[in-house]
Amino acid sequence: MKRPGRDTEESTRRISRRGLILGAAQVGFVGLLAARMRHLQVNQADQFRLLAEENRINIRLIPPARGLIFDRNGVALAENRQNYRIVMVREEAGDVDEVLARVQKLVALPPADIERARREMARRSPFVPVTLADRLEWEEVAAVAVNAPALPGVTAEVGLSRHYPLQSDFAHVVGYVGPVSDYDLERLEDPDPLLQIPNFQIGKYGVEAKLETRLRGQAGTKRIEVNAVGRVMRELDRKDGIPGDDVQLTVDHGLQNFTQARMGAESAATIVMDVNNGDILAMGSSPSFDPNKFVRGISVPDYRALTENERRPLAGKPVQGLYPPGSTFKMVVALAALEEGLVDPEETVWCPGHLDRAGRRFHCWRRGGHGHVSLIDSIKQSCDVYYYDIAERVGIDKITAMAQRLGLGLRHDLPLSGIAEGLTPTKSWKERRRGAAWVVGDTLNAGIGQGFVLASPLQLAVMTARLASDRAVVPRLVKSVDGVETPVSAPPLGLQPEALALVRQAMFAVSNERRGTAYGSRIDAEALRMAGKTGTSQVRNITTEERRQGVFRNEDLPWNRRDHALFVAFAPHDAPRYAVTVVVEHGGGGSTAAAPIARDVLLYALHGGVPPLESYPSGQRREIGDMLDSLELRAPQRPSPVRSRA
Amino acid sequence: MSYLEYKVKTVPSGLRKVLYLNWALILLIAAAAGFGFLMLYSVAGGTMDPWADPQMKRFALGLVLMLIVAFVPIWFWRNMAALAYGVSMLLLLAVEFMGSVGMGAQRWIDLGFMRLQPSELTKITLVMILAAYYDWLDIKKVSRPLFVMLPLLLIALPMALVLRQPDLGTALLLAAGGGTMMFLAGVSWIYFAAVIALGGGAVAAVLMSRGTPWQLLKDYQFRRIDTFLDPASDPLGAGYHITQSKIALGSGGWTGRGFMQGTQSRLNFLPEKHTDFIFTTLAEEFGFLGGISLLSLYALIVVLCFVSGLRNRDRFASLLTLGLGTTFFLFFAVNMSMVMGLAPVVGVPLPLISYGGSAMLVLLVAFGLVQSAHIHRPR
Repeated sequence: MKRPGRDTEESTRRISRRGLILGAAQVGFVGLLAARMRHLQVNQADQFRLLAEENRINIRLIPPARGLIFDRNGVALAENRQNYRIVMVREEAGDVDEVLARVQKLVALPPADIERARREMARRSPFVPVTLADRLEWEEVAAVAVNAPALPGVTAEVGLSRHYPLQSDFAHVVGYVGPVSDYDLERLEDPDPLLQIPNFQIGKYGVEAKLETRLRGQAGTKRIEVNAVGRVMRELDRKDGIPGDDVQLTVDHGLQNFTQARMGAESAATIVMDVNNGDILAMGSSPSFDPNKFVRGISVPDYRALTENERRPLAGKPVQGLYPPGSTFKMVVALAALEEGLVDPEETVWCPGHLDRAGRRFHCWRRGGHGHVSLIDSIKQSCDVYYYDIAERVGIDKITAMAQRLGLGLRHDLPLSGIAEGLTPTKSWKERRRGAAWVVGDTLNAGIGQGFVLASPLQLAVMTARLASDRAVVPRLVKSVDGVETPVSAPPLGLQPEALALVRQAMFAVSNERRGTAYGSRIDAEALRMAGKTGTSQVRNITTEERRQGVFRNEDLPWNRRDHALFVAFAPHDAPRYAVTVVVEHGGGGSTAAAPIARDVLLYALHGGVPPLESYPSGQRREIGDMLDSLELRAPQRPSPVRSRA
Repeated sequence: MSYLEYKVKTVPSGLRKVLYLNWALILLIAAAAGFGFLMLYSVAGGTMDPWADPQMKRFALGLVLMLIVAFVPIWFWRNMAALAYGVSMLLLLAVEFMGSVGMGAQRWIDLGFMRLQPSELTKITLVMILAAYYDWLDIKKVSRPLFVMLPLLLIALPMALVLRQPDLGTALLLAAGGGTMMFLAGVSWIYFAAVIALGGGAVAAVLMSRGTPWQLLKDYQFRRIDTFLDPASDPLGAGYHITQSKIALGSGGWTGRGFMQGTQSRLNFLPEKHTDFIFTTLAEEFGFLGGISLLSLYALIVVLCFVSGLRNRDRFASLLTLGLGTTFFLFFAVNMSMVMGLAPVVGVPLPLISYGGSAMLVLLVAFGLVQSAHIHRPR
């Protein structure tokens, strides 16, 4: 094809013009791209850098080691034990079914667990470890570890879990931990992020619950790099947490063990307290339970067995149980009368077995009566009529004032669950709560520790300790937290020395003189003799009809209608060291059911071990020896050499 | 002296052609491809497999092809334009009937040794046929309606076939490439004004067709438009690509996080990190300086094409060179706009850098044509 030159020039010119326009447009667009790039990479760089870091970095919490709990000798009551589990990573396992079958030959796995693990593996990403079995024995883990080459993707892991080596002995003191519940999260004001960790455990009961904030410690953190699908690529850095504080209690594990064993199957509470500083050396509640079951997650049948037992193993009777103090209240009334000068120690009251007052007949526990009774006799023989008489003279206000001075009706602040306040009644209380006026019969009933008066074994122990030391001792359960000693409070009580001496003398008579209600539980060793007081508190009304026909004996009644048996004591009587309170629910009489336990526990405390038979009256030694031999006692534990945090 | 004689006498022949190659252009192309090998090595986590090594082999093959094409006289290619266009249309039809489906669209033919994407080839053959057409057409007739209709049909045919795949990005690139040729040839401004108006109407129609039985785009294409307009609306779903891409770019800063240190790509937060989104990795690891260097390389390549095209007095060669330069510009401009959040996500690779055989080979063949036009230009 041939073209005129002019055409070619025209064409070239036009192409050049349009080409330059196009080129300019393109240069402009490149400029726009450059500006955009600068905007993103220079102006907004910091913001995007942050977003990139957020993309790739996850922060995980590292749970701290929980503080340990020791007894006064450094024996571990709650420790962190290594807990073995095996986990499986799907993508490393290859043939999941085959590997699972091999694992089952080594470790007994319930089919339900296998099914759960299988489901979880299917649901999660293939690189997420899924727990196959938890809380394995060392032998099982070792078997898995040895066979590792045949078990691709299966590894053993170690975690920490709470363990209570003394099992049921301290269930109601140390308590237990359990997984965080929705209720816990709701209840807490400022929830620790730690609580969100799956399976994290917090204190649920007892010291574990009340000292939770000290025991828990502070979480550590680790920063890990993850990729787009959440696979962990590497750990960038880690900051270890601060372990929880160790707690040392005032209790003695040997005495506690003996106390629990001595109470046996009875529904009972026993407290041993140092009369000089208020240290609680033992606080037994029977029957008890194994707190380790709660840590693992208690099974429904096990839990039902605990809740349906009429002796209420889950109740911490020493602090939660409230009982009419019965005759153990008589020291309060006697002291109130003596301090007010309303009774002469030499004066006697005639006890015919009952007292008619305000149109009612008030009975003495002894139908035939005690005859002429002096103050010492009234405590020694526990005459009720004597106390009807002087309670009326003293009046409820002064009785209540003395009761509170001795530690009754007050909430003693110990780190335990459900501490009961008890009740020392006043006239205004009755009007306010019952809408009825105080009548003289109420005073008479209060005079023998019945009626409205309620006290917990802890309060009775405080009362006994204060009687023994004349100091306003305050119970102390925590000896130290993180090595810092808890202060002791025992200011002088300032009771009249003569009055106190008289009451102590009477209590000595109770358990050392013939016709004393606890003479049968006397201690033969001169230096260890105890001064005590029995109590038997009614849990039912005895009708006039029943009185006429003869009161049922406790043995003839169904268990839950029998009287509560109480005994309070301190020893040695002339230089008191320990106060003890024993309450046996529906045990019958204080002298028969409670006093022997108190005697043995006191002797154990004074001896620092199972008491020698020489301490007992010669006639009882064989019988007591057999009984002590039959107790299943734990061998004394050694103090933990290192406070291992594992 | 006839026109033909004039040309034959003044062009170099034989091995002398090597001296007349546009060497600056070849160096720039090699530099850009080198950037690509580096990035493919990096996104693979520091290994030559599976991307860098095949890419280098293809580049070597492409360079040989480029030289072969370059040494063949440009008038041969003008005569082949119609045939090339016809073959590429047949291949597009073949994809329609026997192509493999990848990424939700039929796009390639498996030739055994490589997968051929006819739509890539079409981007070049369309420019060729239009250059040949306007070379043939009397300059006075370019704006006559009849002679405007013909190139429009030439553009519309491959666009329709590509849209059937469906591949919106390529279809738009074909339209832009074809339009550029018509613009360069001197078609009256009035037509462009009309097309822009019509295009606006078409966009409106497409948007309004959503949810109706005659919906013109697939749902995923609509979603991409939504995402482009507001990436934050669905950061983990459809907006994920754009959001992560901008994070990668932005976190690069001035100098980047260092070679192979880009967390966004290394940890797989970036999608398609070895193909369409490879620029974000580059920008993340080499920062603004790296990004602007690549952009400058690209701009220089386009400038060289334009200089060569504008100085060429042969009409076909001039139009072809300018058209191919613009096609190359469109590739990187669309890809970069996409990863920087300036345009919706359409599947356009970054030229010379993204992993992919067809695109690389076709692009080097196109540069071969540019070289041929350069060597055989009238002097």
